Amino acid sequence: MSILIYAESAEGKFKKVAFELASYAKKIAESLGTTVTALAFNTTDASELSKYGVDKVLKVNDSKLANFTAKAYADVIQQAAKKENTKVVLLSSSTNSTYLASLVTVSLEAGYASNVVGLPLSTSPFQVKRNAFSNKAFNITEISTEVKVLGLAKNSFGIIESSSSLTEEDFTPTLSDNDFNIKIESTEKVSGKVSIADADIVVSGGRGLKGPENWGLIEDLATVLGAATACSKPVSDLGWRPHGEHVGQTGKPVAANLYIAIGISGAIQHIAGINSSKVKVVINTDPEAPFFKVADYGVVGDAFEVVPQLIEKLKAFKGQ
Amino acid sequence: MKILVCISHVPDTTSKINFTNNDSEFDTNGVQFVINPNDEFGLTRAIWFQEKQGATVTVVSVGGPETEPTLRKALAIGANDAIRVNATPTDGFFVAKQLTEIVKNGGYDLVIAGKESLDYNGGMVPGMIAALTNSNFINSCTEINIEGTNVKAVREIDGGKETVSTTLPLIIGGQKGLVEEKDLRIPNMRGIMTARSKPLTIVEPTDAPTNTKAVKFEKPAPKSAVRLVAADNLDELINLLHNEAKVI
Repeated sequence: MSILIYAESAEGKFKKVAFELASYAKKIAESLGTTVTALAFNTTDASELSKYGVDKVLKVNDSKLANFTAKAYADVIQQAAKKENTKVVLLSSSTNSTYLASLVTVSLEAGYASNVVGLPLSTSPFQVKRNAFSNKAFNITEISTEVKVLGLAKNSFGIIESSSSLTEEDFTPTLSDNDFNIKIESTEKVSGKVSIADADIVVSGGRGLKGPENWGLIEDLATVLGAATACSKPVSDLGWRPHGEHVGQTGKPVAANLYIAIGISGAIQHIAGINSSKVKVVINTDPEAPFFKVADYGVVGDAFEVVPQLIEKLKAFKGQ
Repeated sequence: MKILVCISHVPDTTSKINFTNNDSEFDTNGVQFVINPNDEFGLTRAIWFQEKQGATVTVVSVGGPETEPTLRKALAIGANDAIRVNATPTDGFFVAKQLTEIVKNGGYDLVIAGKESLDYNGGMVPGMIAALTNSNFINSCTEINIEGTNVKAVREIDGGKETVSTTLPLIIGGQKGLVEEKDLRIPNMRGIMTARSKPLTIVEPTDAPTNTKAVKFEKPAPKSAVRLVAADNLDELINLLHNEAKVI
């Protein structure tokens, strides 16, 4: 009964979340005295997984699965879990993995905990800590089914190297036409920019930026840091930035290593959306802004003066 | 077209979250409850289909009598009728099982549920209903258009969006984008008066196993005070981020 992870990939390359999931799986496998099996779709080279403790990879190569199709992918995961007699299936908290989780859970008659933020607190009974109330609290959840499905919150465990000798096996699942009832017509990716979901650093702007014409400041700072850009709800409501960049309770959650909020006062809903980020920096003219209460570092000052200086100093720092 | 909108009764987004009974239960004291925002976008889109394409809209919630004001609000916004499954929601699977019974018995063409509720954030109910009814399913749906039984929809993906097509019957996990926030409806007096006479049916729950349970709640540890850096000393900020926080 190994632990099964869905090793997410894009264009044949594993995503960072796959390595975090493998690292996490390895730790659980050690405590349960078992091994880690990864399921990989249409990847040519799976050897990278061996750096993070994966013992076996099931390789699925099928052109019908070239694009993510939730029902088909969920069926493959279910079949792989049955084949491996898996008792724990691990998924990330990416948009695609969240799509899969409930489908996999029902087909395996499993219990599911999403947004898990650490190793199980106990394996008998099986208890995990997870985010709840939009990151305003944690909930300790007990899963009582034989098979458990966990969705690991991004950046909640980290990537830990642990070498293993990897065996590779081709896996051919049984698929039906019904698996492809949702047809992909087109895909639009934000090109040339770091997406919020993949970003380790997020630079976010609020109404303090005064208008969309000043967004270059946010973008320049993001560029020098290799960060994604985001915004507060009023900014997306005003149409300065697209809704896809709105972070907060009803927007996107951000669990970055570093979140820099510029000209954002820190409404409770915004804080809830970014609370899982590790380090928060606030730049705001108002020293009474609520964001300063939850930030790690703060600068009281005008964004139009502070940010250009910060960009120059970061460029010099990066150039060292 | 028959549409079912699944409504979660959740604390208002400005609520302070506290726990009671030795941190085993959510403390509802002084908390205002609202329609789950993700569900509200779905409800408003359903009302659009009702007004423009002649759909009927039923709203459903799993909960005790305390959830009825939330369902009445949905009726005041324009839903035709409401169903309350008379049970305390224990976990996502329990809720999905109850809603599945309603879906199977009601012959709905489109089921809209929020992609997640803002209390337990499980994000599992719409997908579980889809799996339990073996229906077409689109999660994180931000746009939906229907002609006859043909559906064109847009869903969010990490770093972009994807346009998909499928056919009814369909279940979606919806979110902001289904309608703009400015288009959300506030019940007017006529809607509130009419809602009082609209049917609200109470249904007893079906058996479902408890696969998971919330054992305990915790609040994040209090933060230490912010470390302020002078605006004319940004080298210090870079130094702290590099050497202390180790994030750049």
